[in-house]
Amino acid sequence: MGGLEFFTLFGEALSHLSAGIPRTMALAGTSLVVGFVLALGVARGVLSQAVVPRSLANGYVYVFRSSPLLVQIFLIYYGSGQFRGFFEAIGLWGLFREAWFCAILALALNTCAYQAVLIAGGLRAVPWGQIEAAQAVGMSQYRVFVTVAFPQALRHALPAYSNEVVLMIKATALASTITILEITGLAKQLASETYRPFEIFAAAGLIYIGINGAIVAGFTQLERLLSRNATQRT
Amino acid sequence: MDLGILAWGDTGWGDELARGVLTTVAIAAAAYLVGTLIGILLATMKLSGSPALTMPATIYTTVMRGMPEMLVIYLVFFGGGALSSWIASSVLGIRGRVDLPSFAVGVVCIALSVGAYACEVIRGAVLAVPGGQMEAAEAVGMTRWQRNRLIVAPQAFRIALPGMTNVWQFSLKDTALVSIIGVTEVMRTASIGSDATKQPFTFYFVALMIFIVIAYLSQRLFTRMQHSADRGVRWGA
Repeated sequence: MGGLEFFTLFGEALSHLSAGIPRTMALAGTSLVVGFVLALGVARGVLSQAVVPRSLANGYVYVFRSSPLLVQIFLIYYGSGQFRGFFEAIGLWGLFREAWFCAILALALNTCAYQAVLIAGGLRAVPWGQIEAAQAVGMSQYRVFVTVAFPQALRHALPAYSNEVVLMIKATALASTITILEITGLAKQLASETYRPFEIFAAAGLIYIGINGAIVAGFTQLERLLSRNATQRT
Repeated sequence: MDLGILAWGDTGWGDELARGVLTTVAIAAAAYLVGTLIGILLATMKLSGSPALTMPATIYTTVMRGMPEMLVIYLVFFGGGALSSWIASSVLGIRGRVDLPSFAVGVVCIALSVGAYACEVIRGAVLAVPGGQMEAAEAVGMTRWQRNRLIVAPQAFRIALPGMTNVWQFSLKDTALVSIIGVTEVMRTASIGSDATKQPFTFYFVALMIFIVIAYLSQRLFTRMQHSADRGVRWGA
């Protein structure tokens, strides 16, 4: 294990593992978007005055945030097999048989719970007077949400969102446990072929750190861009 | 779903799962304690003001927070195993593979990542103690050690508690990952049970419920700690 040999192998591992980057990004990106759409509904439940939707939404958030993602992934991927007959009957077995579908479903349901909390927190931070003012000038409920409440909620939630995106990139590594060959999956495969786990897993780690560094830098830029607008107006 | 398979004893998996719960709680608690110590050390380094100390602490937290926890476990368990095999063969002259103890590796890996998150919480809490109090303490002639111990630490503890509650939840959930290196905690027990009985949903659902119950009970414990730490605090003062 000489120094030069280490760097040669490290470099080779980097180029081999970078093939997994698009898959990692696809897993994280798809789940984040699907999770976001679902989270809008859950956030609405969390903020609802009615007891039933509010308890359902809070219960959902509690279950997904207080149990490990790995359990959620296994529950969906392996657990669905126990009800194969049922899924075949309703024609969804083709989906639940697919590791990709199960991974994205689990990741999306998981991030949905976290995003719902962020969105609800952002919406709570919008001053009530603004909503009243918008209603007073005759805006519909939909327009108040889309043009007044939501943009401000997003800006408020942005720093925490950057964190959630980073956590999701990290979370995609768990998809490797159900046969998906993203960065970690490829690293595991390569490590068992070459018997050089240290260099290979270190290279995989470096790729993740690079991706996450870029994401954090991107969000910082976006925050600056959006808050410039805010300071001008006040 | 046949709940008979969860019976206690030879006919069911109840006792195996209970042992898994003990292992899960043991790993989470040990990793949390070690991780908090790492966090205190890192926060002290970051607050020292000296670049020679701040830099390594910043690099550490950036690396640990940017890398998937599962990869950290693979790196330490397999990478560390390969490294110690190499040391064993070339330095000590022992042939063959060296396997690291998976329980200890699990605790260390979770503690390493818990430490990075705890560092930020503790650093923020120390900075949130009003600066005027430090000046006042200095004015009445307290030494640096006395100030830290009597003025900063008790208040920082109270401020850090909500954040450290989240870090505990992290630690608890991360224990599921050590199942991949063969530690028979709740998750691994559920996997073994589901392979043996062909009832994966039942077992993973039970595992899910176990984690939720542990999270709920420990949350209550932290809430009580928070109440006791908040005694004598005048809100809005």
